[in-house]
Amino acid sequence: MSKPGSETSKISRRKFLGTGITVAGMSVAPGVSLINVAEARPLDQPVSSKQRWGILVDANKCSKGCTSCVDACFTENGLNRGDEQHSRPGQKAQWIRKIDLRDKSTGHEVSLPLFCQHCEHPPCTDVCPTGASFKRKDGLVLVDKHICIGCRYCMMACPYKARSFIHEELTHQFEYAPRGKGTVEGCTLCVHRVDQGRNPACVDACNAAGHKAMYFGDLKDSNSEVSKQLKMHSSKAIRADLELNPGIRYRGI
Amino acid sequence: MNKINYQEIEGSSSGFIALLGILGIFVLAGLGATYYMEHNGHYVTGMNNQIVWGLPHVFAVFLIVAASGALNVASIGTVFGKTLYKPLGRLSSLLAIALLAGGLAVLLLDLGRPDRLIVAMTYYNFKSIFAWNIILYSGFFGITIVYVWMMMEKRMNKYYRPAGMAAFIWRLILTTGTGSIFGFLVARSAYDAAIMAPMFIIMSFSFGLAIFLLVLMLGYNWTNRPLGDAIIYRLKNLLGVFVAAVMYFVLVFHLTNLYETEHHGVERFILAGNTIHTTLFWVVQIIIGSIVPLIILYSKLGRSRMWVGMASLFIIIGGIAQMYVIIIGGQAYPLNIFPGMEVLSSSFGDAAAYHAYSPSLAETVLGVSGIAIALLIVVLGVRVLKFMPDSLADKDVDPHQKA
Repeated sequence: MSKPGSETSKISRRKFLGTGITVAGMSVAPGVSLINVAEARPLDQPVSSKQRWGILVDANKCSKGCTSCVDACFTENGLNRGDEQHSRPGQKAQWIRKIDLRDKSTGHEVSLPLFCQHCEHPPCTDVCPTGASFKRKDGLVLVDKHICIGCRYCMMACPYKARSFIHEELTHQFEYAPRGKGTVEGCTLCVHRVDQGRNPACVDACNAAGHKAMYFGDLKDSNSEVSKQLKMHSSKAIRADLELNPGIRYRGI
Repeated sequence: MNKINYQEIEGSSSGFIALLGILGIFVLAGLGATYYMEHNGHYVTGMNNQIVWGLPHVFAVFLIVAASGALNVASIGTVFGKTLYKPLGRLSSLLAIALLAGGLAVLLLDLGRPDRLIVAMTYYNFKSIFAWNIILYSGFFGITIVYVWMMMEKRMNKYYRPAGMAAFIWRLILTTGTGSIFGFLVARSAYDAAIMAPMFIIMSFSFGLAIFLLVLMLGYNWTNRPLGDAIIYRLKNLLGVFVAAVMYFVLVFHLTNLYETEHHGVERFILAGNTIHTTLFWVVQIIIGSIVPLIILYSKLGRSRMWVGMASLFIIIGGIAQMYVIIIGGQAYPLNIFPGMEVLSSSFGDAAAYHAYSPSLAETVLGVSGIAIALLIVVLGVRVLKFMPDSLADKDVDPHQKA
């Protein structure tokens, strides 16, 4: 089956959904299995818990000083389009950031990207009064910008400080990544790309830069590259003590 | 003991008009500050992605906590049957409603999208303590208003005891909810402690009574109504007990953290750091807000109303400082995302020793306006309805005094 909307990321949402539904509709026939794709879910079907999206970050391969993943995220989601002119540096949104760490006792240094860890038990969705912070069945933790009241309780609750508050009016937004003054936002794992069967922008950028430090895929599919990698070598969840079971795992920390 | 006669205040003096005017200016300034913040966005505040709750939250949470405590005076009369407190029940309830309204107004106006209040009222995530609180706060208004009505309406007098009991239980649950906003935050070293809920309850006893005492003394002084020593002495002794109890909870909270290695960092930051939080904790919260008031209340100075008033004021200032240290201090200490690791660099402040915060004028004005909103409601309330007994002289209220 073709992957609707995969030709261009700039296709409008309405057209994109329309195409998806039409194409999927045409392929439905009695006795014919609708879809058999390992990665993306067909767009006319609801998100299913049969999949859980996740990323393995290999900090051993992550290069100190490289910000390809950050740059790609900002470009993909419109965080660097000249908005947030008034906001101070500490007020500007960052969905992903690079952090350099040193082990206090051994002196070992690593560099890694930190972003929403898409927890199985996300504290942000627990505390959200309106349910604007929610977890999709496939494990993506998102914010519904239409019912976020901007209370920032999720920002208080997130152990990874993965969320940002929008401190001013924004204009240049992409349809697939709506953002708005007075609401909270964070990494969506590029849900718009994932739904098209593509990798999140950060993962593609890391591969393009030649580091190949990020593996994206379905954690519930034992044949996916990310599952194989996770099975092969040990990895860690950040703040594993909190038992949140994040969908993002790290190797080499 | 005479029958208590409640009377509206006259409210025609120039002093009354001036008081209304001053409070009105503060309320308008708060609304102006809100417009400024909401029109521009929160970039005009000192808040950022590290200190996400600023000064408005300090005042809002202080007022909400104090609100439930202000109702205690009524509860002591109704639930525990102390005759001396019964004439104070109406004023205590009014103050509770007013303080809650002031606190909630600030909390609401500091939201990123205050225009979405209707969303907050219609979409509930029942696992969220904030969502519980929306119900608890609305319920508190409802129950307290019914309680006041039953105290005021002769035909309903017979029901006011169950209403008072309900209000008392509700207020305990409410403050548990407020304390749990912080107590349930697993990720932050400064919070994540079950003791937060009972500590907030005892804080509410202290702050609420201090505000009540001040309002009572000023109200009776300005209206030239008699206020006997019996009530003042009883209340100020009780206030001292509450202040000591708050200190006890603060002590246990910090001792527990000091015992646990994982909390040493945040304790060093608050108790022995070189930021404003350490100064606020030791100088304002502990010395000015706790020790000095205790000395005043239990020494000869406690016989002077002026000094009792001063002690109450110190407790209020200490309470606001305590809220500042809890709310801002708790966020200023960086999250420990990578235990055992040192953060060398990050674009999001992860490597900072602490997160600085300097409140802007707008958010300060918004916070302070919460107090003005509360006081304005009290002043208007006692003007139009019979909240204040026309005499609280010893012979009128003290069951042991002969009429």
